[in-house]
Amino acid sequence: MQKSVISIGPFHPLQEEPEHFSLTVEGETVVDVDVEIGYNHRGIEKLSERRNFEQSTFVIERICGICSTSHPFAYTRAVEDIIPVVVPERAQYIRTIIAEGERIHSHLLWYGLAGHFLGYNTVYMWMWRLREEILDVMEILSGNRNNYAMFKPGGVRRDINADDIPLALKKIDSIIPTLDRLKKAILDDPVLHARLKGIGILSKEEAINYCALGPTSRASGVDRDVRKNAPYGAYDKVDWDMIVTDSGDVWGKAVVRLLEIYESIKIMKSCLQQIPSGEIDLNLKSIPPGEGIGAHEAPRGETFHYVRSDGTNRPVRHKVRAPTFMNLPTCKATVPGSSISDAAIILASIDPCYCCTERMAVRSPEGDKIYTGKDLITMSREKTAKIKREMGIP
Amino acid sequence: MTRDAVLQDLKGKFREDILDFSDKSPKRVYIEIKPDALVRAATYIFKDLGARFHIASGLDARTHLEILYHFSIETMNLLISLRVKLDKKNPKVDSLANVIEGANWIEREINELLGIDFPGHPDMRRLLLAKEWPKGVYPLRTDYKEWDKKAIRDRGV
Repeated sequence: MQKSVISIGPFHPLQEEPEHFSLTVEGETVVDVDVEIGYNHRGIEKLSERRNFEQSTFVIERICGICSTSHPFAYTRAVEDIIPVVVPERAQYIRTIIAEGERIHSHLLWYGLAGHFLGYNTVYMWMWRLREEILDVMEILSGNRNNYAMFKPGGVRRDINADDIPLALKKIDSIIPTLDRLKKAILDDPVLHARLKGIGILSKEEAINYCALGPTSRASGVDRDVRKNAPYGAYDKVDWDMIVTDSGDVWGKAVVRLLEIYESIKIMKSCLQQIPSGEIDLNLKSIPPGEGIGAHEAPRGETFHYVRSDGTNRPVRHKVRAPTFMNLPTCKATVPGSSISDAAIILASIDPCYCCTERMAVRSPEGDKIYTGKDLITMSREKTAKIKREMGIP
Repeated sequence: MTRDAVLQDLKGKFREDILDFSDKSPKRVYIEIKPDALVRAATYIFKDLGARFHIASGLDARTHLEILYHFSIETMNLLISLRVKLDKKNPKVDSLANVIEGANWIEREINELLGIDFPGHPDMRRLLLAKEWPKGVYPLRTDYKEWDKKAIRDRGV
């Protein structure tokens, strides 16, 4: 059969970040796939060499809008590995709390996008609605909904107020019933089963050979998680489980992410309850010559930073490896053989890193009232009822 | 195997090839190895010891170029970094991409950013830099100079 090439991207209404996929198809079956990246290359590694160790934290926090904590986490650990020093325990707990909050909202974000890619916009709406709640928790704890700016080499920049902890815990508890309902809705949904099971399978051998990371590898039965394998922060001080399934398909990746949200809630709650008092910062004055490696299990997989210092106040080399760098090439193994319609969700199943979140408040047309979430739901229901009345639907 | 057994095993197997062995901390080991032994050593660590390949990181150390290949053995929480030092005049080291699929992209990246050759790489195209970027200009080299400030500014970057 004659082969044709479908070009997706680099600029595309569905994908928020520029990447260029070339799908070679025979009829509707994809036989080969090629990815071209580099449309978003900003030279951050070079930029980091021109900033001092503390300024670099801010630069790399802006590598990604969603996992804005994962890069600073890995970077600060790399700098601390040069000396080496151990960060105060309270700072470890604060870092862990922020990192897990980020994982929750990042996984919810992926669920929203995945629902959207599948044309299942109910999932999209519900998940992003729920994500707002967790962003509020992050705002209570850090003052920011994204780009928390909590990290610095040697500790954390700000403390968590003791008064805010009960409020944050209450808010986390309040999302669990909704999450339970969504979990049931997703796991029991026959449409999602039909749509996601058995497609885009990444075998265990392939996952190892491609060096896949995070939920992408854990869904293929590879039990790798930096938080368990090489514990840091407060991950060895609280009780949680690593989620591993062995189906390797898109469904497996979705299940891993869903269950990881629960583990993250568990970690976050225990950390907030057990957080010890004490110093939060070592006030590092200078970084000696040497090299250090830091890793952190970000929502999409391990971020890996290598930093070399020559004793001045700037790094001479700062290598950043984001998880998508290793996960994206797995499309060579997962996409060929699938149909065109499945390719979009398979490519999205690794959770390629999208930038996110605008802050929004809805005002009434007169501008005299700011609507709450409850108001908006009531208005939405009223509108649906009105449309139904007009169309004569009972 | 324990941590010490693994390190002794590596020292024994690659006795001729190891140039420097630095046991930095319980979790970090840096091994400098001859460039022509890299593929053998990396294959042994990846396949036989079951280590995970994190990434390679290249850098310009002014007198020479350097690549570190980072592996970790998760069961013992040990990160092994294989270091190769390459001559600046003709920097090249055999490609790992045929053994470890995960090394494919990073070798393309190092090739364009630092100008190191990887003989045997199956698909050596540019990964990150734009098509109009001139050949032979490597942004992560220490002697790099912005080649066309105006062009970049005109594009609104």
